Amino acid sequence: MKKTIITVVGKDTVGIIARVCTYLAENEINILDISQTIVQDYFNMMMIVDMNNATKQFGDISDELAAIGEEIGVIIKCQREDIFSKMHRI
Amino acid sequence: MINIFEVVETNNMIEKENLDVRTITLGISLLDCIDSDLQKVNDNIYRKITTVAKDLVATGEEIEKEFGIPIVNKRISVTPIALVGGAACKTPEDFATIAKTLDKVAHEVGVNFIGGYSALVSKGMTTADELLIRSIPLALSTTERVCSSVNLGSTKTGINMDAVKLMGEIVLETAEYTKERDSLGCAKLVVFCNAPDDNPFMAGAFHGVTEADAIINVGVSGPGVVKTALEKVRGENFEVLCETIKKTAFKVTRVGQLVAQEASRMMNIPFGIIDLSLAPTPAIGDSVADILCEIGLEHAGAPGTTAALALLNDQVKKGGVMASSYVGGLSGAFIPVSEDQGMIDAVVAGALTLEKLEAMTCVCSVGLDMIAIPGDTKATTISGIIADEMAIGMVNQKTTAVRIIPVIGKGVGETVEFGGLLGYAPIMPVNQFGCDAFVNRGGRIPAPIHSFKN
Repeated sequence: MKKTIITVVGKDTVGIIARVCTYLAENEINILDISQTIVQDYFNMMMIVDMNNATKQFGDISDELAAIGEEIGVIIKCQREDIFSKMHRI
Repeated sequence: MINIFEVVETNNMIEKENLDVRTITLGISLLDCIDSDLQKVNDNIYRKITTVAKDLVATGEEIEKEFGIPIVNKRISVTPIALVGGAACKTPEDFATIAKTLDKVAHEVGVNFIGGYSALVSKGMTTADELLIRSIPLALSTTERVCSSVNLGSTKTGINMDAVKLMGEIVLETAEYTKERDSLGCAKLVVFCNAPDDNPFMAGAFHGVTEADAIINVGVSGPGVVKTALEKVRGENFEVLCETIKKTAFKVTRVGQLVAQEASRMMNIPFGIIDLSLAPTPAIGDSVADILCEIGLEHAGAPGTTAALALLNDQVKKGGVMASSYVGGLSGAFIPVSEDQGMIDAVVAGALTLEKLEAMTCVCSVGLDMIAIPGDTKATTISGIIADEMAIGMVNQKTTAVRIIPVIGKGVGETVEFGGLLGYAPIMPVNQFGCDAFVNRGGRIPAPIHSFKN
């Protein structure tokens, strides 16, 4: 199963997680793990998700999430997990 | 499972420290395009490259999107054209038609450079080799994206001094042909000793005859990532310094390995090698010279520079080798002048001279790179500079190169602007004493002895 990492970085406001999770649910994307932290006053959230049953293409989901991020004033990125696992795991 | 701090670290490297994959270079053999009819050769080349490389740019862009990592360049390297065009080309102008075809193909498939307008003459020149070399000024002045390289020597064969002499003249002639654009043609022309067959970086990329029909080679980069990592170990000893470089190089190279494997899978073309290099760009924070400063030098070029560069180069290789299944190309730290803001600053400050750069090339990945010199420099002097650099490569069994730009109409103290990734450079002074009698001797310098090393 190919996993995808969604990261959300920006100023903390009400409803960020709700907004992202709603979008994921609407598009049949299953959340496997969520963690969040504050780094240098910035809200950092990471989700590990499974897009195998997603109703849309990876590129479209990535663009739409980025657009949602712009709306609520945060940066949302969608990346395949491999880039992190290759770099940090032998 | 991956944790949030690792994700943040990777994304910081990409967003703040200029981590990128510098190039995916698709090597394509043109040996099956050979024909005695020039038009047919051109048609065959056009057909083959547009077929094999049609998905290259789209593939690169898809990988960028999926992994969130910029892939700065998508490029093509081909079999040295002196071999491909030898049967059909009777004049330098004939060869230049092939350069035009390559340029047209590069525009059509959307790559920013195509390398391989090359001749391998480390021991001797065939008629075709010499015709190709003599066509370089015309070829580079009438094309935009074609890159040219000539291998003039090797550890096994010695140095072809006839070709060294000729290349001094050709470099100057290329500068003259492109003088309206600050002699830009010379930025796309490089001479080598011990040229590798699988180098993905321009201007020296070509697809060697020992390679498969098509192959994916990837060049990684990341000077900014190394610099940032070293900021955290200021004042620590050499052990800590070296371990930090090694670990960082490992991480950077792993990204290249991933991209290479994905590109190979998506295009159904075998993966060749990763060139694990620190390749700077003129962007602030993407400088190899800045790493040397972080190691402890006031400026690149200060005493200690050669030692600092030697350790940097070695640790990059040690870290990178484990991160990739196949390593090749030029692999190491590049030290171009015009493409590295820290190097430019060092020249302007008077810390870095041509002679110090020559010493640095003994321990860096390649050689004298993107150095602007006065336009009135004699051809024999350029040949002398080339011969020195070839000798360093020959004796030390390493790849060395010269990409030097005599800027017609400009002198020491003036600045030349190449634009884009090629950057800008202050014109550096050249030793004014002559070497005409040496260069004009003719013949070859014999291969060095491979025993009694000291």
